[in-house]
Amino acid sequence: MSDELKVPIMADCFAANKKPEILFWVGSAGSFDDRAKKISRAFVKILNKANVDFAVLGTEESCTGDIAKRAGNEFLFQMQAVTNIEVLNAYEVKRIVTCDPHSFNCLKNEYPGLGGNYEVLHHTQFIDELIQSGRLKVEGNTYKGKRITFHDPCYLGRANSEYDAPRKVLSSTKATIVEMKRSKQTALCCGAGGAQMFKEPEKGNMDINILRTDDALETQPNIIATGCPYCNTMLTDGIKNKEKEADVSVLDIAELIANS
Amino acid sequence: MQFIPNILFFILLAGGIGYFTINVRKLIRNINLGLAIDRSDQKNLRFKNMAKIALGQTKMVRRPIAGLLHIIVYVGFLIINIEVLEIIIDGLFGTHRIFAPLGKVYDILIGSFEVLALLVLIAIIAFWARRNVIKLKRFLSPEMKGWPKSDGNNILYFEVVLMLLFLTMNAADYKLQLLGAPHYVEAGAFPVSSWLIMPLIDNLSQSALIIVERTAWWLHIAGILIFLNYLYFSKHLHILLAFPNTYFAKLTPNGQFNNLEAVTNEVKLMMDPDADPFATPDPSTETEEVAKFGASDVMDLNWVQLMNAYTCTECGRCTSECPANLTGKKLSPRKIMMDTRDRLEEVGKNIDANKGEFKDDGKQLLGDYITKEELWACTTCNACVETCPVSIDPLSIINEMRRYLVMEESAAPTELNNMMSNIENNGAPWPYNQMDRLNWVNE
Repeated sequence: MSDELKVPIMADCFAANKKPEILFWVGSAGSFDDRAKKISRAFVKILNKANVDFAVLGTEESCTGDIAKRAGNEFLFQMQAVTNIEVLNAYEVKRIVTCDPHSFNCLKNEYPGLGGNYEVLHHTQFIDELIQSGRLKVEGNTYKGKRITFHDPCYLGRANSEYDAPRKVLSSTKATIVEMKRSKQTALCCGAGGAQMFKEPEKGNMDINILRTDDALETQPNIIATGCPYCNTMLTDGIKNKEKEADVSVLDIAELIANS
Repeated sequence: MQFIPNILFFILLAGGIGYFTINVRKLIRNINLGLAIDRSDQKNLRFKNMAKIALGQTKMVRRPIAGLLHIIVYVGFLIINIEVLEIIIDGLFGTHRIFAPLGKVYDILIGSFEVLALLVLIAIIAFWARRNVIKLKRFLSPEMKGWPKSDGNNILYFEVVLMLLFLTMNAADYKLQLLGAPHYVEAGAFPVSSWLIMPLIDNLSQSALIIVERTAWWLHIAGILIFLNYLYFSKHLHILLAFPNTYFAKLTPNGQFNNLEAVTNEVKLMMDPDADPFATPDPSTETEEVAKFGASDVMDLNWVQLMNAYTCTECGRCTSECPANLTGKKLSPRKIMMDTRDRLEEVGKNIDANKGEFKDDGKQLLGDYITKEELWACTTCNACVETCPVSIDPLSIINEMRRYLVMEESAAPTELNNMMSNIENNGAPWPYNQMDRLNWVNE
């Protein structure tokens, strides 16, 4: 599959005097985490299929600093932000799309105050746009008769009030969408946010991802759809913990659409 | 001699309102101990939010049972208070039921007050049962032991007593009207007290009825004034503060954390290739105090955060939706707000005791009230912020305190320090080389 992917690099485009329509912000997880890399590749597959004129920063991309900010390290966040903004502005980036709601929130809401003004989209919003404008056709036969439940990422949902785009994209497949008891505004966090991904949880009687996995399993899904690489890891771990990996798969919406 | 009741009433009223005013001024002074933050923008949107969330109770009804019960008590109290206006005029001028000449309108008013009073009583019994019989989990958290628990019940008892006094006063009045007692003009409709209370006083003589009516009348207004003054010491301040609190709430997306300006200045200096690190600082641009990053005490929070603390009525919806709390961690967003208020009150008392100046008491919000363990358990998921019926933002306080821990004390958990040094060294939270950022394409 990988040899089919076309991933233009911003520096090359710029050298060839081209300004891509979209910058795909891959993010640290999307670049380095084995599970999240698959999501990046699936999203590129969609971009290629829809003939989207895009590029990535490649080795010029650096961590948004989001995790540092949530952990309380405002210095580190602003250092990262200022460095990234310099690169983004040098390439005259106008529109950014990312598969990571944390990068999405940070770039969209916290970079403008430091001189980085872009239109920032979450990949589910962009995929929705591609479908609406007819640039992307979704067959969806793969999921006929399957039950899919969507886990709202906190930084897309509550943080930025985007609940519809991922659901609209999912409804373009022929699957049955089932909602968890806690969804949209009241969706339960997967447990990874606020830099929790990088530390052991505090003492308690349960791990958050297990509780959330219970929520998801209650809907008797075939697939748990996610829109965030961290949620994906947490729920994949939860499904393994429940020994349900044979029956239930945890897939990002980009993967679902890329394989439809 | 005949003016003694009027004078007594005036003293009671002036005392009640006077003491309340003193405490309100204290409240405003305490809130102003917070740092400045500009919330004077987008006035239309702010008014709209206040009308929707505080006046319209839109977030309360997200939980239908508690929401409906709350609306009954809220509407009841709002409307029955029209009656207080009549009581005050009667008390000051020695009149009786001064609004009686309104005739039919008066009948409808008093009649609907009575129906509302009954509904309020029923709602309060339900509220009491939720706290004491059904024992809803969110009312049993560790932070709800002791005073917060009795405070919650006290308010319910207060409301029951006030409603019963109102109905007793009406029942006795109605009976006196029927007996043709002097001064008791025939006015009002009594659809509730006539069957709920009247049978109990049916056999009393006219003079006994007058005693009952007068006692209930005086206790009712005294009760209202005591209730008013109880507010400052109670979680019940939300009936007033919900309005400014929803008005001044953050309007930017929940996910947007503020960028610390003091940090921005330093970062700019560090990134500026022309900056001379050894230059003598320009005295004109130097701030008086060295900026403190984050918050370790209430004075480091902004005034909206401090108003949030006074507004919190400890309903616990935040805690009941907090993923950390749901999985047994110590963090409870409600406790964050309660601790902030308790510490702010302590600071306020310190200032009162030291002639208007705060004397270091060796205590602070961080450590003495809120522990690191609580702060590090937060996933910043915004569930608490989203669910609060009066737009309180516990997350902003947690984040401000994390900033202090990390930037002033370098006291982050080890794993987070590792993560942060990875970001510093190679631009990713994991120890991978930045030059490998594109490897995913060909794997």
